[in-house]
Amino acid sequence: MAESTAHAHDEHAHGHHEEGWFQKYFWSTDHKMIGKQYLFTGLFLGVVGAYFAYVFRMQQAFPGKPVPGYGLVTGADYNALITSHGSIMIFWLAMPVLIAAFGNFLIPLMIGCDDMVFPRLNRLSYQIFLLSAIVLAASFFVQGGAFGGAWTSYPPLSAKEEYNLTPLGSSLWLLAVALEFVAFLLGGINFVTTVMNSRAPGMKAFDIPIVIWMIVIASILFMASVGPLIAGAVMLLFDQTIGTGFFDPARGGDPVLWQHLFWFFGHPEVYVVLLPALGIVAEIITTFSRKKLFAYRTVLYTSIATGVLSFFVWAHHQFVAGIDPRMANVFTVTTVLISVPIAEMCFVYIATLYGGQIRFTVPMLWALAFIGEFLIGGVTGIYLGASGTDIYFHDTYFVLAHFHYTFFPIAIIGTFAGLTYWYPKMFGTYMNEGWGKVHFWVTILSFNAVFLPLFVLGAAGDHRRIFDYTNFPELASPEMQAVRVFATLALVVMILVQPIFAVNFFYNMFRGKKAPANPWNANTLEWQAPSPPGHGNFHPLPEVYRGPYEYSVPGRDEDYWPQNSPK
Amino acid sequence: MSSPADAHSPEAHEGHHEVNYVRVWAILLVLLVVSVVGPMFEIRVLTLITAFGIAVVKAYIVAKNFMHLNIERPIVLYILAAMLGLMLQFFWGTSPDVMHHYGKNWENRAALDQPHTAGSTVGGSHGDAAAAHGAEAPAGEAAPAAGH
Amino acid sequence: MVRPIATTRSAAGLPTGRLAVWWVIASEIVIFGGLLGSYVMHRLGHPEWADYAAHTNTWAGAFNTFVLLTSSLSAVLAHQAAEKGDGPKAARYLGFTILGGGVFLVVKSFEWTYEITHGFTITANNFWAFYYTAAGIHGVHVIAGMIIMAFIAMDARKNKELQRVELVGLYWHFVDIVWIFLFPLLYIAK
Repeated sequence: MAESTAHAHDEHAHGHHEEGWFQKYFWSTDHKMIGKQYLFTGLFLGVVGAYFAYVFRMQQAFPGKPVPGYGLVTGADYNALITSHGSIMIFWLAMPVLIAAFGNFLIPLMIGCDDMVFPRLNRLSYQIFLLSAIVLAASFFVQGGAFGGAWTSYPPLSAKEEYNLTPLGSSLWLLAVALEFVAFLLGGINFVTTVMNSRAPGMKAFDIPIVIWMIVIASILFMASVGPLIAGAVMLLFDQTIGTGFFDPARGGDPVLWQHLFWFFGHPEVYVVLLPALGIVAEIITTFSRKKLFAYRTVLYTSIATGVLSFFVWAHHQFVAGIDPRMANVFTVTTVLISVPIAEMCFVYIATLYGGQIRFTVPMLWALAFIGEFLIGGVTGIYLGASGTDIYFHDTYFVLAHFHYTFFPIAIIGTFAGLTYWYPKMFGTYMNEGWGKVHFWVTILSFNAVFLPLFVLGAAGDHRRIFDYTNFPELASPEMQAVRVFATLALVVMILVQPIFAVNFFYNMFRGKKAPANPWNANTLEWQAPSPPGHGNFHPLPEVYRGPYEYSVPGRDEDYWPQNSPK
Repeated sequence: MSSPADAHSPEAHEGHHEVNYVRVWAILLVLLVVSVVGPMFEIRVLTLITAFGIAVVKAYIVAKNFMHLNIERPIVLYILAAMLGLMLQFFWGTSPDVMHHYGKNWENRAALDQPHTAGSTVGGSHGDAAAAHGAEAPAGEAAPAAGH
Repeated sequence: MVRPIATTRSAAGLPTGRLAVWWVIASEIVIFGGLLGSYVMHRLGHPEWADYAAHTNTWAGAFNTFVLLTSSLSAVLAHQAAEKGDGPKAARYLGFTILGGGVFLVVKSFEWTYEITHGFTITANNFWAFYYTAAGIHGVHVIAGMIIMAFIAMDARKNKELQRVELVGLYWHFVDIVWIFLFPLLYIAK
């Protein structure tokens, strides 16, 4: 497992018992180690998800031709690939990396305490998460193969074996998702309790760094939204395995109920992953523009408002599912409204940058890219949030391009931003800036080359989840096929450049130039601990005297002012 | 949060008002009896009040006296209230599709065709304004489906 | 494992253990809320379910309500004893609570055996599907509560970790409250 390569320098003698290899890497209760376990597991699964994307895009570009590194893609294969890609990227990449890995690693460090409040519960959360990944992996090897009913798993397709043809796969998928939910519920409780209670003396609510607030709000959002879906998952599992009819119209059930149960969670879920990414961007842009965050409280209140509003928009995923049109009216209004707080946050970030002394380090490049790319995603969402235009766009590639322009910034750009920024703290060494910039530019340019054309294809009528357009003459024109090939080739380029990051990441972990505690001259508390921090993080535990963004304060020699400096 | 418990006399120690838990339990049992007897009269409003209304009251009593929500920090109350509010929100957003089986221009044939006994009207009546948890049943004005 | 200093801080004004249990309860509210909300929607839309519900055993349900209420009493008395520092007494009261949970489960198993052998199975119709699912998930929470309570009682008997008596009690009261609503929802035929 990947965490065996996690390298930690924290053997500085503390007079503690010497930890065995197993105790340190597999049975640790230290939040930093658990964070790395989530990180490596999530990154590994992300690579698997990316491989699936490669395979199904190759099928799109060259339908019917065997894909190098996979073989012939059948219709059932295609469905399983897209289902697994979506599920993995959201549940087994975005959430573990953005929330569990960064949350675990950063929270105790940034609020100035020695660990999470429940370290053993923390370890258990990871183990349940790992189990969920194993269950998901198992679903690929059972008879019938992996579940192919899309990550949304709508019944009756997902409920009836005679429709989905993957009786074992569909139940294993559901079980994997349920286990993942339990892991994140437990983890979330740990995170929220820790931040509410264990802050360093002097750290008041508005002294908490934005990324920590975001992870807390995200955890609360998750906790509050996942309940109905857990209930629904039990109901669907029973429908699948013991023949109940919760979602079967012939038995008095209602498939639209599943849709509501799913999306009541599904919509807040996108903010669950968005908010931590926004938080990471906030930390980076303040550090590398040497400026205070333009409006801390605005960012905080708009995040909370977004979280609350996110519970009022979910049926925009169901505009054409046959819901009550009066509800469609309501949900249109609320959906268009929710773009306002997010836009405001982007404006606050831009205002933070304005007039600052910008340093274009690799993390800063990623943070800036996030803002630009996410704005495209957000703006295209408005077309989908309005129920009128959604009637046309629903289930086309326009939707797909929209949510990749939001999810890719969140899951991929956010991850790279956070990893390149906190790498010195995690591993005690520097990454190579030059190669980092190469990786950045090729990734960003190829990302746009993949997904911008998909807006066009979607508007032209490309339906989602179709494994072979040669069956649709109006969509199988040479021009449209050329666009599909172009997007696929851009994806191949994007994948080919990722090893640069991998080498940069792993090589420098062991052989990189040593980094000091505070290589970026930043204010927040994690930079006042050693790189990497040892057991207990701080000796002694810090006290806090000011907010996290006191950069370029007039009258001071230094352009930064750590939170725990008395003077 | 720890104060000597004195079963019978209230203490103002840290605002911790000591309750006689056995007395609370006795009240709960009386309410339980009422809530079982009430529905036996088979009058709808009486059933609603006794079975469900009393359930709310019992829950409140357990929460207040046994879970000590009356002396808990306000943040806890806000969290719980928010969760309950979200459940109403879920019900409000979902019930128009799941609960109603016919509208102005449509009917849910599968749901309407469910086996029913002679006692209930064809097409199901949904004019239940006071739903179990005080959740609002959205106003569904529709002419009953024609020619079922 | 040494308890981290983080666990001992309480910037929010209440101990971390209790705060965490409230968050657990908060997340359980939305789980049961989603399930029961779905049930209510179906129940209100299908008046014929009243005929199905007439076959539930109201007396068993009422008796089980009485059992759980009584077990909540013993749970809060356990808390009271723990507050006074009397671990063994708290453990005894927790034992009564566990016993109450056991009685609840035994009654339920007789109830369900009767119902299943008379054709009211989980697949008979959607009312029974909800009935078994809701009561089943609740029952799983009862079992989990009993197990955790047993561990805490064993510690309490040795006067260790007495603050956990209150915490498991909170969880138990929540499970009781869920049943307080389940009883009229499932057993009272309108």
